[in-house]
Amino acid sequence: MIGNDIILALSVRSVRLHFLRSVLAALGIVIGVVAIASIGMMGANMTLSVTEQLSDMANKLTVTPYTGGGGGMMMGGGGGGRVVISSGSSSDDDDVITEKQFKTIQRIVAKYGTAYTVRSESDRIEVGSDTGRATIYGLDPEIMREILTVEEGEYPKSTTSVAVGPTLAERLNLKIGSKLKIGDPDEGSTTTVRVVGILEERGMSMDLSTDMAIVGSDKLFVGIYGGEGEYDQVNVVVNDINNADVVKTAIEDELNRKEDTVTVQDSSRMMESITSSLSTMTTFVMAIAAISLLVAAVSIFNVMMMSVNERVREIGILRSIGTQRTEILRMFIYEAGILGLVGAIIGAVMSIIIGYIVVVGMVGTAEYFFAAGSISYVPMAMAVGAAICIVTGVYPAWRASNLDPIEALRAE
Amino acid sequence: MSIPVIELDDVTKVYPLPAGDVTALSGISIRIDEGEFVAIMGPSGSGKSTLLNQIGCLDRPTSGDLFLAGKNTREMDDRELTSLRLSSIGYIFQKFNLIPLLSAYENVEYPYIMKHRKNDDTGRVRDLLALVGIDESLSTHKPNELSGGQQQRVAIARALVNDPAILLCDEPTGNLDSQTGTQIMEALSELHKKGRTIVMVTHESEIAAYAERTIVIRDGRVA
Repeated sequence: MIGNDIILALSVRSVRLHFLRSVLAALGIVIGVVAIASIGMMGANMTLSVTEQLSDMANKLTVTPYTGGGGGMMMGGGGGGRVVISSGSSSDDDDVITEKQFKTIQRIVAKYGTAYTVRSESDRIEVGSDTGRATIYGLDPEIMREILTVEEGEYPKSTTSVAVGPTLAERLNLKIGSKLKIGDPDEGSTTTVRVVGILEERGMSMDLSTDMAIVGSDKLFVGIYGGEGEYDQVNVVVNDINNADVVKTAIEDELNRKEDTVTVQDSSRMMESITSSLSTMTTFVMAIAAISLLVAAVSIFNVMMMSVNERVREIGILRSIGTQRTEILRMFIYEAGILGLVGAIIGAVMSIIIGYIVVVGMVGTAEYFFAAGSISYVPMAMAVGAAICIVTGVYPAWRASNLDPIEALRAE
Repeated sequence: MSIPVIELDDVTKVYPLPAGDVTALSGISIRIDEGEFVAIMGPSGSGKSTLLNQIGCLDRPTSGDLFLAGKNTREMDDRELTSLRLSSIGYIFQKFNLIPLLSAYENVEYPYIMKHRKNDDTGRVRDLLALVGIDESLSTHKPNELSGGQQQRVAIARALVNDPAILLCDEPTGNLDSQTGTQIMEALSELHKKGRTIVMVTHESEIAAYAERTIVIRDGRVA
């Protein structure tokens, strides 16, 4: 007994009869589905994980003196790169934020959050016989406690103590109690300070890049570089992320009314550009993966053409005893569909396994693996794989259904 | 006068070939009544198989009309002709032409399912197989596990499953030894005695002798 759909039964039997051939054809689809799904998932997980990291600082705005260009502030990598915020070693040039401007900012921000000043300078430093350059930040000690975490030791209080970033500490072999000299002896005096704390790693951030920096109190900073009442940067922390835009516009409207004096940056633009470049990359790699599906499609096409050519006589018999063209068409579409479906199902199972391994390996966390944006690549790749099979099967099936029954019966 | 089961009226079949048209059938007019057993004879290349293909609606005449049970097939499209083949015509081929993927039972059941859109629950398939001498154990075999004679018996059962008005046989004994051939012919004679209309193409006169009437075709004409 076979089910009512004898046409489907014939397709199933044809696939089973040529088991190895069918398995190999379906394998192509499996590989294609796995490639597309796991790369898609990898991209989605990367984007989700980066977005999560970035949104931690989405409530932060930085206000820097307007320099005419695209903005005076850029993000410093956790590892090394530093950008000189004000030019030269003196802070008394025009590129500063004045106390008056800061008060204005504070007044605007008051309703939405808090603002604090940052002084920073890039300078030569000397530890024993090692020399190098680092950023020196001057922060209000109160603020410092709020925004920075000391991993080891304590927060610097006096004008001779500093905390250092973990990367800098490691590179220069600084420990609690180490002495370091700030300043270039050729250009003037140097200041010797003592390390009292090592900061916790902060990573990529746009407000402060302390991993490779020295952090001291504002008094220490002014003592070395002067510039009372002048700041290199004002950081704003907004309580509600949704107000970030309002605050940004308000500051710009107020301080840039006559001419551009400050640049206000939020992290949204950076976030946008990072996620968009990630998605471009993912799409590109997925397009490469799609080539494997194309190869699979060719192999399905080949198998279907073989199946039709082998069964010309059978098609002739079926037609002569009263099988409609549409039923012959259906029979071969089913056959392609079975290959596609089996391939897609196996592919889906394997892409969850392989995708998981890839995501853990490449992104480092499977936290977002089962998020909708990630796992949805599995049914999507399945659908694409199965659809490609069916589309590929259309021409062979159409050819089969249009065979002349008499000619077909004559075939050996 | 009753309506003939098969009526050909001035049927001509021309195959257009690059080297010139080949006329396979030229002005054939035949009338076959219900219950007749007609043999079509003729040397190879005479056009007898072409004639059978016209009657079996596998092909269309170039000109002339073919009436099956009073209906002109000229006005039918491929879909209707296919339905006609399914319901009204039973085909028995020289090479048996069973479907290799299906068992003997399923081969017989196939046209039944195509017509009724369901499995046979009336026992008709089993009865027909018994009638042609295929027992239940053989009916689960695939065609390639059966002898030529057994395959032809299954083919006869298949041809009868939708109770067609016409049974068309194209050299039904051509691939069988003479003893098996005789058995198959006796089976066909039995069907004729029960009132089945049979049209059979053969080139052997001893096979044609089973028929009541013989039409001889030569060079595409009724001789």
